[in-house]
Amino acid sequence: MAKQFYGVELSSPLMLGTAQYPSPEILSEAVTAAQPGVVTVSLRRESAGERAGQAFWSLIRKLGVPVLPNTAGCHTVKEAVTTAHMAREVFGTDWIKLEVIGELDTLQPDVFGLVEAARILSEDGFKVFPYTTEDLVVAEKLLGAGCEVLMPWGAPIGSGKGLNNLFGLRAMRAHFADVPLVVDAGIGVPSHAAQALELGYDAVLINTAVAKAGDPALMAQAFKFAVKAGVLAREADPMEERDMAVPSTPLIGKAMLA
Amino acid sequence: MQGSPRILVKGAGVAGMTAAVTLAERGGRVTLYDPGGRVGAGASWFAGGMLAPWCEAESAPAEVTAQSVDSVDWWADHVPDVVRAGSLVLAPPRDVGEVARFGRRTSHFETVDGARIGALEPDLAGRFHKGLFFADEGHVDPRKALVALLNSLKSFGGQAVFTADQAPDPAEFDWVVDCTALNVRDKLEGLRGMRGEMLLLRCPDVTLHRPVRMLHPRIPIYIVPREGHVFMVGATMIESENAGGMTVRSITELLNAAWVLHPAFAEAEILEMGTGLRPSFPDNMPRVIQKGRTVYINGMYRHGFLLSPARAREAADIVFGANS
Repeated sequence: MAKQFYGVELSSPLMLGTAQYPSPEILSEAVTAAQPGVVTVSLRRESAGERAGQAFWSLIRKLGVPVLPNTAGCHTVKEAVTTAHMAREVFGTDWIKLEVIGELDTLQPDVFGLVEAARILSEDGFKVFPYTTEDLVVAEKLLGAGCEVLMPWGAPIGSGKGLNNLFGLRAMRAHFADVPLVVDAGIGVPSHAAQALELGYDAVLINTAVAKAGDPALMAQAFKFAVKAGVLAREADPMEERDMAVPSTPLIGKAMLA
Repeated sequence: MQGSPRILVKGAGVAGMTAAVTLAERGGRVTLYDPGGRVGAGASWFAGGMLAPWCEAESAPAEVTAQSVDSVDWWADHVPDVVRAGSLVLAPPRDVGEVARFGRRTSHFETVDGARIGALEPDLAGRFHKGLFFADEGHVDPRKALVALLNSLKSFGGQAVFTADQAPDPAEFDWVVDCTALNVRDKLEGLRGMRGEMLLLRCPDVTLHRPVRMLHPRIPIYIVPREGHVFMVGATMIESENAGGMTVRSITELLNAAWVLHPAFAEAEILEMGTGLRPSFPDNMPRVIQKGRTVYINGMYRHGFLLSPARAREAADIVFGANS
């Protein structure tokens, strides 16, 4: 039974970002191929000058997929809150993927600013999807601030390094069994996405891995299959790992105990 | 139609100028009109002027390369000072994986090591250890090129009108070739503006012979050498129609990249900061669209200097009939 995100069940556990595609047309083809549950869109850099990003945003709206606006590129609480308010007006949604970037090289979230911004926005009626680390204490504080979804990173944004801290992500899943969890950032190839879902994560967010592939639409399709595989594998209850081979037929007549 | 057609070309950016000259060459009586007061009053003024059919294949559809392989020849035939010294693609040591990716998506290059890079660009010797060299590419100074095309148009007997109070009456022409970018967005569905920002620097300490593209996963930039140790550093790609001044973030990114390419850029003089809106269709491919006696050339995106000769030919084929 898929978890709901603020009362909404997504049609797919794939969340797809809309930045960095070679063209809006290729973005549209990728969305058609991926059939994502939501698309994310950034506003910070595109909004200066009387919201001059309208032409692109209207293309996003025409994709026919629920939109999760984000605050990518915001480095302070104030920027993120302002951008969230604008997103609510532009896209008519109170969903916001909250990013408060703390460090430019890794784009690691500033978790202190994140918790503060999450509280301000939640109190203002926003449904906040916070981009965070796998830190359990920060996660607890985000829930306390009003978040009902958590989005820990797999690896730094755009790095494509996959799930860097499996132990941490497993711990987070176990610790917050009832909270919808999304691996956001760092996914490079479909197997990373499948792995996140196998771990019991409820969704994955992907952008660069699709947008910067040589054939974005084909990669989008690969991710569609990967998240499906991950969900099915999770439902199927995977076997346990072992440290030794287990013969599929009994070895008759050999005394062995290892 | 009796005699040579009278053609009004609207817009004196790269699409309009290439069209005006092509039409005049084929015998049209061309009047060029742009109320902006001069050639290149729009985004073309801030172009890089790279004639790079093969490099562009990194992110553009294959048609872009196919339709522009003879672009360098066209420019060399029509304007002075086209430089045919190729282009160089480099990445800082940490991002050297980007070079392999760029190479997988492009063709017609030579993989170069540190020694070869130093031979091509002595000022970069010892600074980069892996790159790609596209020997058949070229570049042109967009501003000089547009002025040269205007002179060429006049040499064919063409006229140019640059003031709104003398706007020619379209009814007096057989054809209108409209190259007015976002001014006709209500007539061309899907047309949008994409913001681009660039810097012009003067740096007597650095000499480059060809455009250098610096790969970076987030902030890819290029530096195109102009005459007199002037360098064009570009360009941002932002899905916005804000034509306002350059942002601090964009300036910082472009300058940082220049500085990484060569530390002497730290002392460069900033001559100019420019912002333009690239007219773009949803597939980011330039189009020629006929509506009655009007032919639109629009949506040049970032391929203005590269693809305008091919689009001008298409427009001329419509005006004169493909067999003429």
